[in-house]
Amino acid sequence: MEKKEATLTRKDFTSDQDVRWCPGCGDYSILTQTQKIMPEFNIPKEKIVFVAGIGCSSRFPYYMNTYGFHTIHGRAPTIASGIKISNPDLNVWVITGDGDALSIGGNHLIHVLRRNIDLNIIMFNNEIYGLTKGQYSPTSKLGHKTKSSPFGSVDRPFNTPSVVLGAKATFFARTIDSQPKHLQYTLRKAQEHIGSSFIEVFQNCIIFNDGAFSHVTDREIREDNILDLKNGEPMIFGKEQDKGIKLDGFSPKVVQIGKNISKDDLQVHNEKDRNLASILANFTENELLPTPLGVFYSEDKPRYEELLVNQIKESVKNLGKGDLNKLIAGSDHWKVS
Amino acid sequence: MSNKNIEKLESVVIRFAGDSGDGMQLMGDRFTTTAALVGNDLGTFPDYPAEIRAPAGSLAGVSAFQLQFSSKNIFTPGDKLDVLVAMNPAALKMHLEDLKSDGILIANKSNFTPRNLKMAGWESNPLENESLKQYTLYDLEISRLVANATLDMGLSNKIVERTKNFFGLGLLYWMYGRPLDPTIDWLEKKFKKKPELIEVNVRALKAGFNFGDITESFATKYEVGAAPLKPGVYRNIVGNHATGLGLLAASQLAEIPLFFGGYPITPASDILHQLSNYRNYGVKTFQAEDEISGIGSVLGAAFAGNLAVTATSGPGIALKTEAIGLGVITELPMVIINVQRGGPSTGLPTKTEQADLLMAMYGRNGESPLPIIAPSTPGDCFYIAYEACRIAIKYMTPVFILSDGFIANGSEPWMLPDLDKLSKIKIDKPLSRDGQFLPYERNEKTLSRGWAFPGLKGFEHRLGGLEKEHVTGNVSYDPDNHDLMVKLREKKVSLITQEISKTEIYGKSTGKVLVLGWGSTFGAIRSAVESLNEEGKSVSHVHIKWINPFPSDLGEILLKFQKILIPEINSGQLIKIIRSEFLIDAQGFNLVRGKPYTKSQIIDKIKEIL
Repeated sequence: MEKKEATLTRKDFTSDQDVRWCPGCGDYSILTQTQKIMPEFNIPKEKIVFVAGIGCSSRFPYYMNTYGFHTIHGRAPTIASGIKISNPDLNVWVITGDGDALSIGGNHLIHVLRRNIDLNIIMFNNEIYGLTKGQYSPTSKLGHKTKSSPFGSVDRPFNTPSVVLGAKATFFARTIDSQPKHLQYTLRKAQEHIGSSFIEVFQNCIIFNDGAFSHVTDREIREDNILDLKNGEPMIFGKEQDKGIKLDGFSPKVVQIGKNISKDDLQVHNEKDRNLASILANFTENELLPTPLGVFYSEDKPRYEELLVNQIKESVKNLGKGDLNKLIAGSDHWKVS
Repeated sequence: MSNKNIEKLESVVIRFAGDSGDGMQLMGDRFTTTAALVGNDLGTFPDYPAEIRAPAGSLAGVSAFQLQFSSKNIFTPGDKLDVLVAMNPAALKMHLEDLKSDGILIANKSNFTPRNLKMAGWESNPLENESLKQYTLYDLEISRLVANATLDMGLSNKIVERTKNFFGLGLLYWMYGRPLDPTIDWLEKKFKKKPELIEVNVRALKAGFNFGDITESFATKYEVGAAPLKPGVYRNIVGNHATGLGLLAASQLAEIPLFFGGYPITPASDILHQLSNYRNYGVKTFQAEDEISGIGSVLGAAFAGNLAVTATSGPGIALKTEAIGLGVITELPMVIINVQRGGPSTGLPTKTEQADLLMAMYGRNGESPLPIIAPSTPGDCFYIAYEACRIAIKYMTPVFILSDGFIANGSEPWMLPDLDKLSKIKIDKPLSRDGQFLPYERNEKTLSRGWAFPGLKGFEHRLGGLEKEHVTGNVSYDPDNHDLMVKLREKKVSLITQEISKTEIYGKSTGKVLVLGWGSTFGAIRSAVESLNEEGKSVSHVHIKWINPFPSDLGEILLKFQKILIPEINSGQLIKIIRSEFLIDAQGFNLVRGKPYTKSQIIDKIKEIL
């Protein structure tokens, strides 16, 4: 009988390098949950690659005992694309931050998403530049006072899901560093999705932007501010699970479940509905609405590397395997004797 | 039946010039193929504007193709023109100065309209005054002649007018006794699905041929015999094409797939186009969203174990610079091709230049050495591409190829390489010590580190742009370690000298003047030195392929000559490196006109210092 490979554990994914994030940083939780969940995927360690750009989050690959590449600011999607296209058999993850992904690397991000290369992209969004010590980022709120915006930022922020869905991404999910179970759940969903999967993690920078996400992390108020999306289920939220979302045309509004409104009247979440996902994306910009967490959108579409490999197969089928000598000789050659 | 004189010639230089849309490049290509099939040696120089279709009749829109074909071995597309074909007044204006004083001028009279004359800046029609009388002028109403020849086909004027390049081609085929069949075969393949386009073009071609045959004004036919090329099978090859084939050969000899990531840019795009066709060879091409993504994908593919290549031109290299630095510190094998063009900035996109040498050498942050190799002729691009890949893999380093617009688009007869004679590219299995892989443990002979790509069990490791600790590859900020790594990276590149064969000296190995060249200046320098040697002058020529590192015998050779002349199409870049490396007072020759040197320019310069 063939000997079954020993099941991997969290320890197998932990490298021998000392983790050097600030004590209390949200990154620790993301690292831990990732290391914890990896064995579940049953992928041999040697087939896993973590690629990162530059920034606090981007040190991540050093701490994973898999293949890893800490690259250049903003360029991780390009390097990950090269890895995945040249060897589609690999399981490739991109670790990035809000500055890395949405500012210096914005161009690469939208293009990798539109190509739908099968990567799992995790963006740690702390709404600040941490590694360069506290400048505003492309997700910092308007008016945010930082080292480089002492009078308040006059830079309108990106709304992450709008950018991602606008680039025709086939998967978007959001989670929070301080919710380990939910974090694991979204990682699992991203891994299950074949194609580019994008996760936005609200991540607390304890040094330069502490409490940026307190409305969804403070025990007292968070349940009233979070809409936990569950596919096929009505959109219900609130400490008492007594509030819901109803669509008035294209406009979402919060309704009280009770006499006049039952659960059946609420909007049901459908991960495959791109229009609904766009509406959910805009929740963030409306203070009256809760912040959606979970999988906004997930749909299968052809992947770049899959189409390319198919072309190669088709081409070999139609033309035969290429003969280099013939190719070099070309059609117009002559002999000199 | 014709009753014409036949005159034997050794070499002929022809330039076709017309509007960008007149099909001048095509006319040149066809004439070249036919000349090659007849057995001539040849050199070509396509010279076209950056604008795709500048206004018809304007000077900016003139596109030209020059070729020299010969019964002896030649190295350049020639200097002065024996024949100029000018399809309109603008083409005549731009190129007349290059025509020999007794040269043949064929002009399409139909296009010498008052409007076109004015656009080109002619005050009066040169075909109608005495200004061209020193030339043998054939002013033909080509538009009318092709219309007559195809009258019964009932095709639109537009289609018929487009065939005038084939009329010109036919006429030249008659003049130089060339067969029509190769061109007719080509037309039949090209327009397989449009028989009327085959017929109209063939009719124009034959009309041109017959016009020469029956018109009395054409009194002489010329014969240019086959050249004494080394025995073998030949084809005509364009530089960029040879580069693509060399890359593919290297990937097969290394037994790893070829990955090409790049972004379209003149004059490098043809490499992307060509490789995109090779799906059945397993080639993966990735047209990225920008130059940075192009090189990023190449880094990824190299990490993942492919033969990873990108090709671009100067502005693209500027964008790729940071990623090339990452390639240097992660010591991953990859090939970066710079098909140089005129700069700075957008510069002269379609013109040639050699001004990116110092950029390749020093244009990255930190101490960031990498090997640099340059092809000297279109056919040489094949071997240079192969060699760059071999060294990249053996030494685990990015390698720069410095090609340029002139050799990239130029062509020459090329003896087909014997693939069996190219050595296999061995990829060493990475070593592990006590079950642990040490990513920066080095091979003693090459100082290269092990290439362990994802998928290999037990070799999981992390690379990155932060300084590496010697042997372990862990992140290290230790000052002594950084100093050591800087020196190891430098030393590794210098060790490549052990791969470079003895430098060939053309001419005597000691003497008055040594002309030292690199890259596409080869042909002009070699033919100039050849001529001067025939005159008994003491001049020799050394052409280096490797610029970093230099061949180990170069310094010694330079000391054996009284004067060193370095012609470059830049303001003096190789010369700076030579001076600093060997403390030799070399002299530069620097014309930066977006054009290759002519043989006579080099001869004049050598004579000046002899």
